[in-house]
Amino acid sequence: MMVRTTTRSSLARLTTVMACCTFLSACTEGVLLPKGPVGAQEKQLLLEALIPMLMVITPIILLTLWFAWWFRASNAKATYRPRWEYSGAIEFSIWMIPLLVILFLGSLAWIGAHQLDPYQPLASKRKPLVVQVVAMDWRWLFIYPEQGVASVNELAIPVDTPVSFRLTSATVMNSFFIPSLGGQIYAMPGMQTQLQLQASESGNYRGLSAQYSGAGFSDMHFQVLATDEAGFQMWVRQAKSAATRLDSTAYDRLAAEHKVGKVAYYSPVSGALFDHAIDHATKRTESTSGVAASNPGTTLLSAGAEH
Amino acid sequence: MFGKLTLSAIPLDQPIIMGTCIVLILGILAILALITYKRKWGWLWTEWITTVDHKRIGVMYTLLALVMLLRGFSDAIMMRSQQALASSNGHGFLPPEHYDQIFSAHGTIMIFFMAMPFVVGLMNFVVPLQIGARDVAFPVLNSVSFWLTAAGALLINLSLGVGEFARTGWLAYPPLSELPFSPGVGVDYYLWSLQISGVGTLLSGVNLLTTILKLRAPGMRLSMMPVFSWTALASNMLIVAAFPILTATFAMLLLDRYLGTHFFTNDGGGNPMMYINLIWTWGHPEVYILILPPFGVFSEVIATFSRKPLFGYRSMVVATMVITLLAFTTWLHHFFTMGSGADVNGFFGITTMVIAIPTGVKIFNWLFTMYGGRVRFTSPVLWTIGFMVTFTIGGMTGVLMAVPPADFVLHNSLFLVAHFHNVIIGGVVFGCLAGLTYWFPKAFGFRLHEGLGKAAFWCWFVGFYLAFMPLYILGFMGMTRRMNHYDDPSWLPYLLVAEGGAVLILIGILLQATQLVWSVKKRETLRAGADPWDGRTLEWSTASPPPPYNFARVPQVEGIDAYWEAKQEVMAASNQPYEAIEMPKNSGLGFFVSVFAVIGGFGMIWHIWWMGILALVAFFALIVWSSWDEDDEFELSATEVALFERANPHAA
Amino acid sequence: MSSNVVSLDMPSGESGAQLPSRQHVTGFGFYLYLLSDGILFAALFAGFAVLRTATDGGPDGHVLFSARNAFIETACLLTSSFTCGIAMLACDRRNKFVALIGFLVTAVLGIVFLTLEIHEFADLIAKGDGPGRSAFLSSFFTLVSTHGLHVTCGLLWLGVLLVQFLLRGFTPAILRRFLCFSLFWHVLDVVWIGVFTFVYLVGGYL
Repeated sequence: MMVRTTTRSSLARLTTVMACCTFLSACTEGVLLPKGPVGAQEKQLLLEALIPMLMVITPIILLTLWFAWWFRASNAKATYRPRWEYSGAIEFSIWMIPLLVILFLGSLAWIGAHQLDPYQPLASKRKPLVVQVVAMDWRWLFIYPEQGVASVNELAIPVDTPVSFRLTSATVMNSFFIPSLGGQIYAMPGMQTQLQLQASESGNYRGLSAQYSGAGFSDMHFQVLATDEAGFQMWVRQAKSAATRLDSTAYDRLAAEHKVGKVAYYSPVSGALFDHAIDHATKRTESTSGVAASNPGTTLLSAGAEH
Repeated sequence: MFGKLTLSAIPLDQPIIMGTCIVLILGILAILALITYKRKWGWLWTEWITTVDHKRIGVMYTLLALVMLLRGFSDAIMMRSQQALASSNGHGFLPPEHYDQIFSAHGTIMIFFMAMPFVVGLMNFVVPLQIGARDVAFPVLNSVSFWLTAAGALLINLSLGVGEFARTGWLAYPPLSELPFSPGVGVDYYLWSLQISGVGTLLSGVNLLTTILKLRAPGMRLSMMPVFSWTALASNMLIVAAFPILTATFAMLLLDRYLGTHFFTNDGGGNPMMYINLIWTWGHPEVYILILPPFGVFSEVIATFSRKPLFGYRSMVVATMVITLLAFTTWLHHFFTMGSGADVNGFFGITTMVIAIPTGVKIFNWLFTMYGGRVRFTSPVLWTIGFMVTFTIGGMTGVLMAVPPADFVLHNSLFLVAHFHNVIIGGVVFGCLAGLTYWFPKAFGFRLHEGLGKAAFWCWFVGFYLAFMPLYILGFMGMTRRMNHYDDPSWLPYLLVAEGGAVLILIGILLQATQLVWSVKKRETLRAGADPWDGRTLEWSTASPPPPYNFARVPQVEGIDAYWEAKQEVMAASNQPYEAIEMPKNSGLGFFVSVFAVIGGFGMIWHIWWMGILALVAFFALIVWSSWDEDDEFELSATEVALFERANPHAA
Repeated sequence: MSSNVVSLDMPSGESGAQLPSRQHVTGFGFYLYLLSDGILFAALFAGFAVLRTATDGGPDGHVLFSARNAFIETACLLTSSFTCGIAMLACDRRNKFVALIGFLVTAVLGIVFLTLEIHEFADLIAKGDGPGRSAFLSSFFTLVSTHGLHVTCGLLWLGVLLVQFLLRGFTPAILRRFLCFSLFWHVLDVVWIGVFTFVYLVGGYL
């Protein structure tokens, strides 16, 4: 991926600091303080779009206020032009200015969409770590197929290593989002999406679901532990020592629960569990329990729809 | 016998809801008692409930919008308060299931039962007057449309006390809105109420479109039509083209929930992504339906109060029609993060930005209308200038999110929430309030109190910035939307500022309520003639309020700003005799159709099948009965017209 | 003297420009409604296009649809459009008898169409291939039933109209209503061509 020029990034950094700290914020984490290359490029693009637009709209806003003030009815100094309603030069400019701005931004959008396509693998010397993600009600399951472990609500990743996510959902639409590392992607039942992220600094980052999914949604956040390679291996060993296995049956039971999750580990994890998860979501489901309901749903044809 | 309905449907264990219901019921009873005491039922029936006069219907739409603004705003301030109190995983004061219904209801009510009726109400009142017509093309249908909208609003409000509302957000994405995840009646309330009001809206679109295209005063070519009527034309074209998609999509979801089909279910081959595509194919044109008429309001207001014609009339019209066409090309920007691939995302990012071009043209045109003018700072002008500043910022953040990778980090965050409130409040709400103040004297013959209006504006304006600018920052900090509690305490200061902003807006709303009551009380001192603002377009040539037939003689038009030009000439009083005028008779069809719509909707929601069938049969019977009498017009004799004209002189 | 003058006091007849007739305005408005209905069908067609392969392991159109049925239904509807046209021409000439016959034949053909369609549905449902079987069948049933519901409403409408017509003859209101009905009926025919082509032919046999 392209590396941007240093002047641009220092300007961006300055603007970030100013914007963030102008409002007395503690500036904890967020989109403007990325801890990985994907997030950094997304933030760069954001500022490259925002700053020119600010430069365009600020004079327009000032002009609005100035014209309104100068041409107020009580101002005898202002020239009254009661019939002035058209000017070819102005008409040309008012179409041109937005057009040029949009040409610039449009190319940013097109190029940016391609460079930051979540499905495109990150350029790196290291082999990507594959993590399979299943959104449940209301917790996140992370499966590490190559390591043979799985965890709930805790995502450990080694620093400076590309992480290639494969995502699905056991129930409803969710959106997998780690603001400090980069953009989000929907996790949908019966489907698989992809996302590539990478951490460049160790730390604990916040992950969440950004698509409302029901009663436990507000608690559907998870911890991202970015450590060095040794730390990651230690985490894997610790997860492996968990006594609980995660096979298809155990998974089905897990997916059928509807509650907020605590951190948990599973090992061993049966192969093709992720494919099973995708498939399982498309099976006929019964009404959920634990959801406040006046009556279970009935349909007119449910008696006849035996398959 | 009563389907799923039992006494347990009433949420007796929820004190906030029960308290609200009691207050509402007492309030409604008080109003009914007042009407009975003053013996106004007959008057109410003939003058308002069965009226087919577009002016009265426009007023009723606006009243509905203002009442629903109160309901939608109460939801808003409850949400803000909950978030201000629920830091560090506190519980706030709202149980989570209640909060989740509140944010769903807030969005649904504000879009469908506040913004839409407000916009439709303004168009209904103003457009026939502006184009020199006597009424809309189909007056009885107009009444049906209004009452169907009211029926939808009633159903949604019923969900507060009987059952529950959807807990899905205002667009009810599946699979969450399907039976396995929403087995209660909440989503059914949502679907039936919106289907019913959606039919009303669609019919209103057909009505206004026909009116504008076929009933303009003789000589008024489209190129001479006032800009508000142009934006009404555009908005109604979008209504006719987009609302059927909503109807079809909701029908599919209803079929999933009632007949076990598999359009959007997880199993059976269902496709939730298809719902998202369909609903936003409606959803994006919907926001243009909402914003274009307010753009028209601003055009009228700024021209009138700058004492100049609107700058660049032709480019305004072109820009409006370009926006109308492009409205259908941008929908995917609502789900860049669904994984459509770079080409698709890039394409829609570009189309979204392209629509900012004609919008920018409009801003410039308003700017240059003020240039060389004599601007009077009445409250409609304050709303307009407030809009020009605020909407520009909101539009900018929108274009920012049209860059797909930027959207990847901002989608569904409070940044998004701030953006759309920025453009909807700054655009639609400010525009509707400007329009309300501007055309109020035409509708009622007296002005709204200016001082209170200006105070309300400042409360709204400052309140808006306090309430929503912090949300932009919170979006950058990674806070997502629809959370009823959170664990990061660094978010709290911003949410407190936002709460302060909401309180300030509340004060603004209270000031507006006061303004209304005060203006009615002091209406003699606020008397307005036909042309209180020195207006430019035809509606100002009629009396205030206009007679039922609008124009005693159909105007003959020969140019833009027809009325303004007429005022510049000295018009000799005409000695031509008046002619008799055919007027549409009142009709109870709209009201009765809606009564059965509520009954039928309620029945279907609670699976009381006989009630639904009964309503359907009654509906058909009503249509047949109403069609039986072909004589739906009465004649206003020339003498009656003359008497009225003498009693209510208008400026020309 | 500026040409931008509005004369508010001129009597409506003098300038020569007249407002269109009620017939024209009603027909135009009804036509706009029909365009919106077209978009409703477009959304259902789009749904069908997306879901046509989502058979959940069940049968698809090739297995399910009967050529004979579809052809007869199409013939019925096309003919009924023709007879409706005949009836409308008779209305123009105020020929009560031919109009009545034309509309009655239209109605009969419509009823035949519906009977065949309901039969087809009943057969499918009895075999277990009802709308709840798969997303493909959901969208098939919904698209075709929506058309069928429109036909049903049209027939009910025609029935009421014919009663009114027998009682009153060619009043302006009844002529307006016949005009709207015929527009409705023809558009339904066009929609059926779409259904026949995309659902039965492309989805079934080709």
